[in-house]
Amino acid sequence: MAAELPAAVVPAAKVTRLSRSFGGRVVLDGVDLEIREGEFVALLGRSGSGKSTLLKALAGLDPLTRDAVSVGGTVSVAFQQPRLVPWKRVLANVALGLRVPDPRAAALAALEEVGLGALHDAWPLTLSGGEAQRASLARALVREPGLLLLDEPFSALDALTRITIHRLVLDLWERHRPGILLVTHDVDEALLLADRVLVLDRGIIAHESPVDLPRPRHREHPDLVALRSTLLARLGVTPEGTV
Amino acid sequence: MSLPVAEARVGGQAVRARPRVSRSFTAWQRLLSPLAVVAVWQAAGSAGLLPERLLASPARIVSTAADLVGTGVLPEAIAVSLQRAALGFLLGALAGIGLALVAGLSRAGENALDPLLQMLRALPLFGLIPLFILWFGIGEVPKIGLVALGVLFPLYLNTFSGIRGVDGGLAELARVLRLSRTALVAHIVLPGALPQVLVGLRQSLGVAWLALIVAEQINADAGLGYMINDAREFLRTDVIVVGLIVYAILGLLTDALVRLLERRALAWRQSFPQR
Repeated sequence: MAAELPAAVVPAAKVTRLSRSFGGRVVLDGVDLEIREGEFVALLGRSGSGKSTLLKALAGLDPLTRDAVSVGGTVSVAFQQPRLVPWKRVLANVALGLRVPDPRAAALAALEEVGLGALHDAWPLTLSGGEAQRASLARALVREPGLLLLDEPFSALDALTRITIHRLVLDLWERHRPGILLVTHDVDEALLLADRVLVLDRGIIAHESPVDLPRPRHREHPDLVALRSTLLARLGVTPEGTV
Repeated sequence: MSLPVAEARVGGQAVRARPRVSRSFTAWQRLLSPLAVVAVWQAAGSAGLLPERLLASPARIVSTAADLVGTGVLPEAIAVSLQRAALGFLLGALAGIGLALVAGLSRAGENALDPLLQMLRALPLFGLIPLFILWFGIGEVPKIGLVALGVLFPLYLNTFSGIRGVDGGLAELARVLRLSRTALVAHIVLPGALPQVLVGLRQSLGVAWLALIVAEQINADAGLGYMINDAREFLRTDVIVVGLIVYAILGLLTDALVRLLERRALAWRQSFPQR
């Protein structure tokens, strides 16, 4: 029956009543979430709100949550730490486990795309933080994922590098159109990048804000300023100037 | 509170700021005391203050070494000892790494092997010699067995902890990339354990030479240990010292070999800026 539905209706990911607890402490309490094909969703939440647990469930890393999660295609993850395998050169890292006829060529193309072609032969430990994240993105994207999970991958980068990588991610997303779930604690980042911003609180999706603005967006846009206050309040932070 | 740190840093810079010219001079300086000892040693020997039955003079040792090489005694002894060391090392290394793979890659393997090996590890290696002689006689088997056993434990322990110490984040990555179990072991686990395995390799080579020397002291009819023991009977301290120097050189050579291996196998680490 599902095969007869038009492709556009198949979601990149669907989470139904996902609950998860660790040693009696309930972290996720019946989360419902759908990420449409090619949709860019940002997930905000205080630390300990269950963001990582939800991301692990979507990545298929948590066997206890498998029943509540279904994904439309391949799932790729770019982790907070780039997790490049240190004893493999950059190209081999991107090609690792890649099941295509010519993995090296595909990996090289992906590296060119993130602007890292020249460093394909470098050891990961010689890369800067931004370069390592680019390589990590290339490794995630070369698998042509239906769902790309970004687990705070920009949080360890300096402000200038982060701006560049934001642009790169938008660029790659527009070209490949995976569904994206960006887990972050940075409200501005979520507002600049995502189609929809979710707030995870006390184990459920407590708030949802669509962001209907064309990209590239500017922080000072009045809609974003208003949204920022709403989201910060939802996260339990009093906006600046109203103390 | 931060004062001591600041002082230390200033001190460190001051040391580094010394002129580089002194480096070759320093190297030359460091040669002085060993040369002085050799000179005094030689003088004492020549003057008859140091009897040859206690310690032969350096000149005598050098000429004896040349004789032993010329007559083929030394090369043959080295060949015999090297063969024992190599065979014992090979058996011990295969067993140690093999057992560590079984224990490291599966819980059942760990539960079956690790308690046993931890118990055996507590036994003093050289305390086993009487049993080895009773079991295997006085031929090649107890000597090779002692070396193998000495090699087994450092390699087992280091390989096992290397496997278990592999970054959990990379194991998670492997699952996201849908690597098979074989690929996980080949691409992540084994290369990740390699630095620790190489530490074990160096430790075990040290033990191997030590075990060989002890085993050869006890009863041997060939090899470096035999040459040394035979020399003791005739008060030939010159031959004993030559034997000791050869042991030392062999130990240094194998250590250098492992270092070379390390440099090649761990090239990815040498690019690490903090090294």
